[in-house]
Amino acid sequence: MSSPTTATRPALISQAVTRFDWRSNVIYIAFVVVFILFAIFLSSDGFLSTNNMLNIVRQTATISIMAVAMTFVIATAEIDLSVGSIAGLASVVTAMATTQWGLLPGIVAGLLSGAVIGAINGGLVALLKVPSFLVTLGMLGLAAGLAQWITSSAPQPIGNTLYVQIFGGGDFGPIPGLLVWTVVAVAVGWIAMNRTSFGRRVLATGGNPTAAAYTGIRTARIKFTVLLLSGIAAAIAGMLYAGRLESGRFQWGQGDELTVIAAVILGGTSLFGGRGAIIGTLVGSLFMGLINNGLILAGLDVAQQSVVRGAIIIAAVALSRKK
Amino acid sequence: MRGIVKSFGPVEVLKSVDMDIVAGEVHALAGENGAGKSTLMKVLQGVHPITSGTIEVAGQPVAIRTTADAERAGIGMVFQEFSLIPSMTVAQNIFLNREVRGKSGLVDDRAAEMAAREIFDGLGVTIDPKARVETLGTAYWQLVEIAKALAKNASVLVMDEPTASLAKHEVENLFELIDKLKSRGIAIVYISHRMDEIRRVADRITVLRDGRVVLAAGVAQLTAAEIIEAIIGRRLASDLVYRDRQLATDAPIVLEATDIGSGRVLKSVSLTIRAGEIVGLAGLMGSGRTEFARVVAGMDRPTRGTLSIDGKVVRFSTPIAAQQAGIALIPEDRRDQGLVLEHSVSENLALPVLDRVKSGAFLSMTKLRELTNQLVTRFGVKVADPYAPVSRLSGGNQQKVVVAKWINTRPRILVMDEPTSGVDIGTKTEILDIVREFASEGNAVLFISSELPELLAVADRIVVFREGRSDRELDRDDIASEEQLQLIIQGEAA
Repeated sequence: MSSPTTATRPALISQAVTRFDWRSNVIYIAFVVVFILFAIFLSSDGFLSTNNMLNIVRQTATISIMAVAMTFVIATAEIDLSVGSIAGLASVVTAMATTQWGLLPGIVAGLLSGAVIGAINGGLVALLKVPSFLVTLGMLGLAAGLAQWITSSAPQPIGNTLYVQIFGGGDFGPIPGLLVWTVVAVAVGWIAMNRTSFGRRVLATGGNPTAAAYTGIRTARIKFTVLLLSGIAAAIAGMLYAGRLESGRFQWGQGDELTVIAAVILGGTSLFGGRGAIIGTLVGSLFMGLINNGLILAGLDVAQQSVVRGAIIIAAVALSRKK
Repeated sequence: MRGIVKSFGPVEVLKSVDMDIVAGEVHALAGENGAGKSTLMKVLQGVHPITSGTIEVAGQPVAIRTTADAERAGIGMVFQEFSLIPSMTVAQNIFLNREVRGKSGLVDDRAAEMAAREIFDGLGVTIDPKARVETLGTAYWQLVEIAKALAKNASVLVMDEPTASLAKHEVENLFELIDKLKSRGIAIVYISHRMDEIRRVADRITVLRDGRVVLAAGVAQLTAAEIIEAIIGRRLASDLVYRDRQLATDAPIVLEATDIGSGRVLKSVSLTIRAGEIVGLAGLMGSGRTEFARVVAGMDRPTRGTLSIDGKVVRFSTPIAAQQAGIALIPEDRRDQGLVLEHSVSENLALPVLDRVKSGAFLSMTKLRELTNQLVTRFGVKVADPYAPVSRLSGGNQQKVVVAKWINTRPRILVMDEPTSGVDIGTKTEILDIVREFASEGNAVLFISSELPELLAVADRIVVFREGRSDRELDRDDIASEEQLQLIIQGEAA
């Protein structure tokens, strides 16, 4: 009686293997392979220790949070190059406001700085139809300059211990606060992308803007919204930098936009829009952290790290490329 | 629809069109390109608001100003390809922007998939609602679009050339589906150029010509010849007259295609073009004309058959190889494929011959100017400033720039795909003259067109394509009239 099932099982498995779309899952394979390699070669350097694992999560939390929002932006076939600069700006704004007026105004000011810049990005893209690449490229310089200007290039220390506790410095028992932030961001992002109408509209806008418009989706509004959210997420990342490092500095987040975009693309989100893989993004971001961590443990200097990291990203993206 | 008028600026595209669509009927809409069919349908769909006239649905006047209005009025469109999101699943597409929600308020894909399955079961088709649309064939895209319209409770479905990209058995499936929709009381507006399909599937027909209704009757009472006559009309004796150029019948063969096949559409094409000859290529949409042109121009590789030039077999792997062999293609879509619109007339003209306007390593402005002046004069391009973007020219003049640009590369074989679409009649005759002159210099021309008057005016011989094959070859003497040629293209004549 069970013979039909046993007979078809090998067939089913081989079918599953041949149908497995390894190109879009290349990040998971790469992650596992690199992880195993590091575990073998770097075990004496403490790679596998709990503390080191948690360190990777701590170091990637800001990237992960920006990358979740960036997944929405890229899924609509737009881009946000200003996230790193927004993070830097938000870190100094929140630090200055916390010192000046206290915790709550500090948090509000930090979030607001990201929201305002995100809204400007989104407004220019949605209303004036300026390509997001250009708008956010300009904003990259503008926000970074602003952060440097208002602080006169000086670090802004945060004395408020509660702020430091909330934003990245604290732990919940054995669990680092930054891990909680990451999990919440990924969970919210995943539900929004996969289980809400908003997520569908984002994917439709990126997948085929004409069709989306014919179906009654206001694509301009969707573009505005994703860029606004990206700004806010970048501000949260900046506030986490400020909390973890107990100060706001205009340099925080500098260059992060490239790591964030690489994490999203590695995760399987298409640069041409229409596809958004939140879990893939998380793994992509952890992968970047994993490589950083492993290369440091391996004793490579900053210049060498940079070369190896670049080569690995190119290889992974080339492998995941759709034919 | 009563007295529909639609103007774009001073141009009246629809001049008081009346059309009744009855529940449960298939209503064919026919007419030449530019007769107003697509404008009429865009009016129904809410893309263009009407200038005057009324639209009533079930006796109630409705104002259709946006696509949402059209949807509310129960009008559904089955587009050729543009209304689905390839990266989403079938069910997600059907319920896009009207997602099925569960109790938690979150999107419930499983419920959507069940609802989609129900719609497909009702239509008697099997499609996996979980499949991503990009993994499905074109025939299924169409079914998904139909299901999407039905899910919105459409009572009128507009299908624009629905069989253009379908294989033969898929067409039969579509017709069965249309019968099923009819029996449910759904009205279908069926836009098509194909007489056999219209007579197979439609109950009534409305024919548009120059923005007016010239025929509205039951299909059963009409012959294909009567419908074609209504579509073509009694043409004024125009400038589009064939000029016998006294071709030598023993001129050497320049291009010979033997049993060429490629991709899904092109099955088997054989034809020859002699030096000095203009061979016309006729056929319905999807008959393989453009696909054949692409093979000749080296853009697609043939999967079977051989192509020879001057008796030597050639195999092109790139368009450049074809160009070096003396082939120039004037593509179907000049805005996308023929011109760099934001560049000037001069830059466009020089693009394929940049090596010839150089002096040393750099482009020579003097040579560029000489080239531009020479070509603009020779081809009569009406242009105020040859250094202004080509996008400012009229369609006809843009096309002249494309023709000039390619003839200037001194090809032996010129392939022209719908070279006069969107070109006014005056410019059209000028372009035909250019083609004739080019051929008379001993070159070969393959002239692809769905506009039969110009085809008859310019071609020395006509090859008719049907379903990816070169079906018939007609000499001038074989063709008595445009109507007869149309019947042959439709496959209705013996």
